[in-house]
Amino acid sequence: MTRIELFTGFLLVGMFGFGGIAAAAHHVIVERRKWLSNSEYASVLGLGQVLPGANLVNMSAIIGDRFHGFWGAVLALTGLTCMPIIILVGLATVYDEYSSYPDVIAATNAAAAGAAGLIFGTGFKLGKTILDSRSAIIFAALSFTSIGLLRLPLVLTLIVLAPIAVAVSFWRGAREK
Amino acid sequence: MKNDVLWAMGLTFFTTAIFSVGGISAMIPEIHRQAVEVQHWMGDDQFASAFALSQVAPGPNILLMTMLGWRVAGWPGLAVATLATILPTSTIALMAGRGEKRLAHARWYMMTKRSLPPLVVGLICASALVTAQASIHHWLGVVLAAGVAIHVALARTNPLLPLSVAVAVGVVAARFGYF
Repeated sequence: MTRIELFTGFLLVGMFGFGGIAAAAHHVIVERRKWLSNSEYASVLGLGQVLPGANLVNMSAIIGDRFHGFWGAVLALTGLTCMPIIILVGLATVYDEYSSYPDVIAATNAAAAGAAGLIFGTGFKLGKTILDSRSAIIFAALSFTSIGLLRLPLVLTLIVLAPIAVAVSFWRGAREK
Repeated sequence: MKNDVLWAMGLTFFTTAIFSVGGISAMIPEIHRQAVEVQHWMGDDQFASAFALSQVAPGPNILLMTMLGWRVAGWPGLAVATLATILPTSTIALMAGRGEKRLAHARWYMMTKRSLPPLVVGLICASALVTAQASIHHWLGVVLAAGVAIHVALARTNPLLPLSVAVAVGVVAARFGYF
């Protein structure tokens, strides 16, 4: 794979990403360009999910670096983000032009409500597979309460809860042995 | 004045990004808290429209930060917001990618991998609540959000489909005075 192919590949991921960039990334990286096998992809995705930040941004940095080093990562990230940013600014400019039209106001309100629903659905789907034990449910409830209900800062919440969660799984791991 | 905003925004997004376990959707409440309540860059309605635009556009969901930056400080704001969000985490990712083989066998990595997801589920549900409160002001909004949520929870198709249906229903309902 050349540097240009790396860049155009991630350019495609960004452009195909309407409504779900994860699917677009898999399509381009595994099916069309065949850069990674399914299991390699899964392991990079898993790493991208554990690390802080957007999964796909992390994945792009890792894949770009794997094939072309530091500058590969820079190319992958630029390719991934440049088209979406141009489209976003274009959309926002058009939106500002017509934002007083009743149809546009209704469409924006509906899109925002729908997008909130999208996050609810994602949370439910994740919860169904992840919340398989009583302690998992308790930790999910704690982070939800802290951020969603009490509106406490994220950093504070994680500094308190994350070490406790890790300690609990260490303790459970030790007991299982 | 403008430089102060750029610095504050860069620092806020940088810090939040480093702590954004579970991806960007998990950090929406913190971004909302900072932008609307702490730093007063914008009101709830502006946040909601920026959020809606960033969801409708294709691309990774760091676009929310990009849009906020653009709204608050134009092109410099866009650059600062995007880079502050991407650079710290992709640097960490790059290093982790290079050490992946060693990392995969480290016990603390396994433990962290196993123990953080429940926290993330809570964070994402909190995001859903915060965005719903910022963007839903009408009973039809609740119906549309519920419709999209149920579709996403049950079906595996591209979420752009239920979103477009929601937008179409919203526009038609508004024409008849119901939204």
